[in-house]
Amino acid sequence: MTLPRWVPAVSWLGMTLLYLPLLAVAVLSFNSTRYGQSWGGFTVDWYARMVSNEAILSAAWNSLVLGVISTVLATVLGTLLAIGLNRTPWPRWFKRGSDLAINLPVVTPDIILAIALVGAFAVLREWSAAFKPGMTTLIIAHTTFQISFVTLVVSSRLTTIGKDQVEAARDLYANTGQIWLRVLLPQLMPGIIAGALLAFTISLDDFVVSFFVTGPEATTLPLLIYASVRRGVTPEIHALSTVIVVGTMLAIIAVTWIQAARTAKPQE
Amino acid sequence: MLVTPTDSRPLDLAISGIDKSFGPVQVLRGLSIDIPDGQFVTLLGPSGCGKTTLLRIIAGFELPDRGQVRLGGTDLLALPAHKRPVNTVFQSYALFPHLRVEDNVAFGLKSRRVPAAETTRRVREAMETMRILELARRYPHELSGGQRQRVALARALVNEPEVLLLDEPMSALDAKLRKEVQGELKRIQRQYEITFILVTHDQDEAIAVSDRILIMQEGSIAQDGTPEEVYERPVSRFVAEFMGSANLIPARCPGTPVAVCGFGALHLPAPAPWSQGHLAIRPEDIEVREAEPAVNGVRGLISERLFRGDHWELLIRVGEGTSLRVMTEPDQQHHEGQHVWLELPPDDLLVLRD
Amino acid sequence: MRANTCGWNSRQTTCWSCAIKPVIIHDGYLTTKPHLYGRGALLVGLAFLWMGVFLFAPLAGLSALAFASRGEYGGVEWTFTWENLSRLAGHDEFGFSWNHLLILWRSVVLAAVTTVLCLLIGFPMAFWIAARPAAARPLLLALVMVPSCVNLVIRTYAWQQFLGSQMPAAWVAQHLGLVPDGASLYPTVTAVYLGMVSAMLPFTVLPLYTSVERLDWSLVEAARDLHAGRLRTFRHGILAQCMPGLLAATILTFIPSLGMFVISDMLGGAKFLLVGNLIQQQFGSMNNWPFGATAGLFLVIASLFALWGLRIVSEREAGRR
Repeated sequence: MTLPRWVPAVSWLGMTLLYLPLLAVAVLSFNSTRYGQSWGGFTVDWYARMVSNEAILSAAWNSLVLGVISTVLATVLGTLLAIGLNRTPWPRWFKRGSDLAINLPVVTPDIILAIALVGAFAVLREWSAAFKPGMTTLIIAHTTFQISFVTLVVSSRLTTIGKDQVEAARDLYANTGQIWLRVLLPQLMPGIIAGALLAFTISLDDFVVSFFVTGPEATTLPLLIYASVRRGVTPEIHALSTVIVVGTMLAIIAVTWIQAARTAKPQE
Repeated sequence: MLVTPTDSRPLDLAISGIDKSFGPVQVLRGLSIDIPDGQFVTLLGPSGCGKTTLLRIIAGFELPDRGQVRLGGTDLLALPAHKRPVNTVFQSYALFPHLRVEDNVAFGLKSRRVPAAETTRRVREAMETMRILELARRYPHELSGGQRQRVALARALVNEPEVLLLDEPMSALDAKLRKEVQGELKRIQRQYEITFILVTHDQDEAIAVSDRILIMQEGSIAQDGTPEEVYERPVSRFVAEFMGSANLIPARCPGTPVAVCGFGALHLPAPAPWSQGHLAIRPEDIEVREAEPAVNGVRGLISERLFRGDHWELLIRVGEGTSLRVMTEPDQQHHEGQHVWLELPPDDLLVLRD
Repeated sequence: MRANTCGWNSRQTTCWSCAIKPVIIHDGYLTTKPHLYGRGALLVGLAFLWMGVFLFAPLAGLSALAFASRGEYGGVEWTFTWENLSRLAGHDEFGFSWNHLLILWRSVVLAAVTTVLCLLIGFPMAFWIAARPAAARPLLLALVMVPSCVNLVIRTYAWQQFLGSQMPAAWVAQHLGLVPDGASLYPTVTAVYLGMVSAMLPFTVLPLYTSVERLDWSLVEAARDLHAGRLRTFRHGILAQCMPGLLAATILTFIPSLGMFVISDMLGGAKFLLVGNLIQQQFGSMNNWPFGATAGLFLVIASLFALWGLRIVSEREAGRR
């Protein structure tokens, strides 16, 4: 199959669009000029400064804590939801409604989710001071939209496992606990982990919801970068951004590589 | 074992009065069967006749609306599936993809917390019997269809169940493999002396392996007998048609041992119990004669001749619009368009119930 | 009836549920309906309760909020009014103005044009990747995916940097006389489009790729064989087969684009307002939540409209095949 000559050209254009700005930032992160963009000479100073920058470290820590806690919560809730939906013979109207409910956060624009959460917290604040803008609201907000993603991933994995195996296990004297422990969970684990990773990534990256829902002490990395862009960007931010981009690239390439190795020598 | 025999008598399976409906469709009607210990029984019938449903009821995956299933006196229906001393070989084999073959086979023993040493020994024996010992460390997706089936069998047999249920186990295998497996199943059943209940829609398979065939039709038993009985002496149209290519002859019988059909009168050994019904005769029982036979001779025209390797199949037109299928030896010389005499020996004429 | 033990109960005693309700079988598991659905409800209820409290109820509240009034000092007064809707349509205290309608229009146009541009670039990209040797494909797809996993703020401010007055791109534009000397290439409409397209491109390429990968080239050859010209071959041989991917890509690009505000905020400047910015303002500095809710409602309705329209198209395509 030969492609017309303009196809590779357009493809390269697309790739360029995706990476050129990021490249620019990477280059600037090594620029010794503090203000402005004229080239002053190569330096890794900003990386060193970044690592010791209090605000950056604190924001990174917040992002991490937020990510871990919300992912754990969302994975538990989402997995239970997937299991409850899949392993109970709900009537059709219930299944359709659940489908809709689960897909809602995925198709709704971020900003609508954000204002819904803001509204929810405003109301709940009347009832308990725990809901004032801060880490707690951030965690709750992130968990709320992560649940759907976990549920979708785990559900699809559950349906591939199929009914036969559960019956076969029953036939082979396994009680319910044993079926879960020895048949279902081992096969479900990859799905649960995939869902958790997805949720974690989404949390780390989130800006819009965090922007609306956060409070003064709970800055995450994306929020920090945004604030700093408003004020006047510093090269430490360039360094930070480059690190994030490279880290993401390595992580995704690693995942792709693992998956490719898995399909070459399948485990199941 | 989870079911202890009340005495040392072998455990017979007694099924009585089973009714089962799925919504508006009644799948089993008042089914009752007694299966003595150690018998190889086949439930044979077309799809939808309820044979798989009955199997699942015995296994514990369905509950009948009415009826009883007792194994040697114990009420099986009171036990959940995982407490019944019954194992199933599924049509899809249902092997656990995340476990190796040896772990698959050991699964039932581990569920019952059989000590490790005994488990290893029994698993090894089962794998040897099924000749899959060299596959022990492999995963199901690395096996061929035939190998998977052996694993499924080993996984079931290692538990020494009282009854082994097989749900169309050979539907996914090619013809040659099927013959091999049929022989093996027979051998294993003899060796283990376990009651086997096989479900299939393939009558050749049923005849090859069973001690006893139960032909099912729309939720009831159409005929219950040995393979020979069912094949040679079908009692109804349905059974006759299902078991092989029988020639069906609609006829009237006025009460004498003579039946009148579309191409003449045929002598019967005894009067038929109906005034209007069907006779059947197997293609191999109809003789081609040079001259008019003494009894039950029919004149016909050979309209088709098909060579089948070990016999010729002739389609012979008799009477208006009726054709009889006849099997002859491979060395017979006939040709199409030839007029021949056919003899339908009275003893080979089967009087069907309907 | 018969069973006096259910799979639920490991001890041999009769549990309350088995005593009062008929036993059913589910997955070979003897249980009763209360057990089965009770357990299911518990598993499902936790997550749904959470989402109900923090998402579904508030969304319902927002829809109601769109018809409420703004209180004196910025709170919410729950008196029914059409004021918000009419304000969105242009009628406010100062008479009619096109302002808000312009914002709505701009958002839709931006989303539509972005989607079209992404499709124009993304479709060839999908083909190009599919044409690469099998080993390279996962890597290329990963490369396409990476920017989408990087924070939107980073990607957008990267454009700010790239388009800065002292960077090569601006330098070239200045020398070509496209912009005055010393000016940067943002905030401009072009910058916004650059930002949008590069942000949404991965979401276009990936669904398109899944369709392109499954392409049955024999159909294309069949079209050629039947003397179809290049355009017809493309339309019937390729495009028809890629419909599912095309529709998915359109949905995944158009709808998020509708709600964007970060990119227009950072690359478009204060004059380039979209619905997202409007909502942000109302919930932020302007403190007019009812009006913000109305704008949000518009966004939701526009998204649903797009989903529904695309569903119709996809059903028609599916019916055709």
